[in-house]
Amino acid sequence: MTWVRQLLAIDRRIIFLLVGAGAALPLLFPLNLPVAVTPRVRAAYDAIDALPPGSKVLLSMDYEPDIMAELFPMSVAVLRHCFRKHVQVIAMTLYPAGTGLGERAISTAAKAEGAILNRDYAWLGYKSGFQVVMIGIGENLRGMYPVDFYGTPLDSIPVTRHVNSYAQLQMVINLSGSSAADYWIQFAQGRYHAPLVIGCTAVMATDYYPYLSSKQLLGLIGGMKGAAEYERLIDTFGDARRGMDAQSLVHLIVVGLVIVGNAALFISKRSGGDGGGPASGSMTR
Amino acid sequence: MTLQTWIAAFLTLCVFSFLYKDNPFYRFAEHLFVGAAAGYLLAVQWQNVLIPNVWTPLLHDHKLVVLIPLALGLMMLARAWDKGAGIARWSLAFYVGIYSGVAIPGYMQAQIFAQLADAAKPFAPGWGAVNSALVLVGLLTVLAYFFFSAPHKGVHGAGARVGIYFLMVAFGASFGYTVMARVSLLIARVQFLLRDWLHVLPGP
Repeated sequence: MTWVRQLLAIDRRIIFLLVGAGAALPLLFPLNLPVAVTPRVRAAYDAIDALPPGSKVLLSMDYEPDIMAELFPMSVAVLRHCFRKHVQVIAMTLYPAGTGLGERAISTAAKAEGAILNRDYAWLGYKSGFQVVMIGIGENLRGMYPVDFYGTPLDSIPVTRHVNSYAQLQMVINLSGSSAADYWIQFAQGRYHAPLVIGCTAVMATDYYPYLSSKQLLGLIGGMKGAAEYERLIDTFGDARRGMDAQSLVHLIVVGLVIVGNAALFISKRSGGDGGGPASGSMTR
Repeated sequence: MTLQTWIAAFLTLCVFSFLYKDNPFYRFAEHLFVGAAAGYLLAVQWQNVLIPNVWTPLLHDHKLVVLIPLALGLMMLARAWDKGAGIARWSLAFYVGIYSGVAIPGYMQAQIFAQLADAAKPFAPGWGAVNSALVLVGLLTVLAYFFFSAPHKGVHGAGARVGIYFLMVAFGASFGYTVMARVSLLIARVQFLLRDWLHVLPGP
């Protein structure tokens, strides 16, 4: 059948256009689809929400610009929640290019919640060496970070003055798009028994479900969807929630294309075709 | 609108242009990214690692112990010359030894023992028992699939076949999340173009 053959040989750039339109149109004309909160994100929220005012948490924002779409809104949402609860945040990153992103996330959240540097949060910046830094913090924070990102000694900063290891921290939060999350589980939680919450990219999320079951993690925030759930829990409307309409529409387009493509292939084979021949939309031909 | 926004928008469009076909704009953006990332990485490593960990302790605090890691680090660079490979092996041996000592106990504790303990715990009460049973069946059948020292026949073969279904469900869930992650990246770029560059969306 001609139409089936044409469908199977569709130029892939048409699919790109469809997906692009699916991403752009809901941003221009919001559908305001509901965002359901999953137990994993609720658990992360509850764990942070239960911290008494004045508690100190270590927040490691271990990501670079390639995945900031997922983890930057998550960072802002978690930071805003902490500041709102008057939980003091000691923030850091294990990635060089995370330095600017982490600082931007903190300043965005601090501006929104009226938090002040050194009184409500400290920014330690980047330090190389995943495991070395994690173990170093467990032994002596000042050995790893004698000064903060701006060169101020930790003893001069109210937030960090009495913090020397995980023992003085009520929680560790890691927002990561890499194996850094595994190391935080191994060292901060496994070795030093620090309560741990993890936020990660959607690609990684399923890998960390077992740690929730084993109670090695208190909560798990996965991808832009997780960030959107967190924004809903703290009653803000950030980039993650704004993006969820587009996310849903693109998913529908992808599912529709998979169904149509498979149905066309099935019909083509039933009618004795070869499945449409070579892809005419190939960019490499 | 700042100059940075215009540059970022131009580079974003350069990268998106690859979706039509390979072109000089895409290659320009790609090469610029590699160069800028390498330069940024070098500058941050110098500022955040070498100065506070080597320069300041050595020259200002006179901590001579810093010379040991400094020497080991410099010995690594000896690999650049054929005759220096042997020197670099001393540093590598030290690094591998330290890394193994640090990583193996942590991995065993967090990824093996804790997970085994969780897998062996009693079934949850009520409907949670169904979930616990699924986890147990999944664990045993997937392990059966990956046990290659005996042919996949009889009970072992049946278990392995069930294990394949569990694996396919896991791969499907993982792939679904992967699609979501990639779409998120696209959405963020479109948000940037429409809001920060074209100002057709409301601000954050």
